[in-house]
Amino acid sequence: MMLRWLVLIGFLISALPVMGQTMFAEYPFDTEQQKRDFKSLTAQLRCLVCQNQNIADSNAPLAQDLRREIHDMLSSGESRQDVVDFMVERYGEFVLYKPVISMKTLALWFGPALFFLGGLYVIWNMARRRPVANVAEPDRQSMAEARRLLDETDAHDSR
Amino acid sequence: MRFIAPLVVFAIIAAFLYSGLSRDPREVPSPLIGKAAPEFTLPVLHAEGQQFSTSQMQGRVWLLNIWATWCAACRVEHPLLVDLARSQRVEIVGLNYKDDSTLARQWLKDLGDPYITTAVDADGRVGIDWGFYGAPETFVIDKAGVVRHKHIGPVSPKDLTETILPLVESLQETPG
Repeated sequence: MMLRWLVLIGFLISALPVMGQTMFAEYPFDTEQQKRDFKSLTAQLRCLVCQNQNIADSNAPLAQDLRREIHDMLSSGESRQDVVDFMVERYGEFVLYKPVISMKTLALWFGPALFFLGGLYVIWNMARRRPVANVAEPDRQSMAEARRLLDETDAHDSR
Repeated sequence: MRFIAPLVVFAIIAAFLYSGLSRDPREVPSPLIGKAAPEFTLPVLHAEGQQFSTSQMQGRVWLLNIWATWCAACRVEHPLLVDLARSQRVEIVGLNYKDDSTLARQWLKDLGDPYITTAVDADGRVGIDWGFYGAPETFVIDKAGVVRHKHIGPVSPKDLTETILPLVESLQETPG
């Protein structure tokens, strides 16, 4: 049973490179740079039909059309920024998986850091307030007792 | 006193989460609002060889309804559009998006044709220019050709009476 699963998983993994290839078979490019741009652009632009997938992964008809559109734009020599502008003009900043830094997205960009600093502050406060353990000097009597016990073990070990 | 800070933090997080409950992530605000409507010239569904161009609508307030026969929600809103067209309060232009023209003609024959004309966007390029992603979509365009409103999904009677028609009427009254 286990072996069967492993074989299946092995087959699926070996299919991955092929899946990556099909996209470029569908959209051939003249230069390596265009190919790289296409790959990274389709990875960082959101497909609006299935909102948690990017345009590269989505099989929605709209994502297919947008891949075609991006391919055509890059092939005709337009830049990465041209493609991003094209998408934002039509679908809004929501298509960018990495949103631009603006007043509206401040909380999004810096909120996590703020939470982290807040957490650090709370921990620091708690640590400061905790009473320090009482480590008074041991008295003469317990020191003597300790010495006696140590000597005893030494004698025991050397035997 | 020592409970106040955690309580405030909790209240803020709770308020954010609560407001998130009633928001629809599919309703992405359109960047087209307040901008010139993307122009297009496309073949007309009913008349072979004829073309529809957005420039023909200059000086009129109109709706653009993007639909397709494969879109179930379009069927839901269709009777409402037919009623709206019959009331003659606003002109509706249809944009038949990535569809089979024969099926589209049959659909309009069976269910009624609310559109003054239907343009055929066979490859979906015009749909992309309009930022179309959730069939059906309805846009309100003013006399100067500026997009004033976008409705995503089927238009309900409430959307029509509370949002779209009041907007259309106020736009019709403003001289363009």
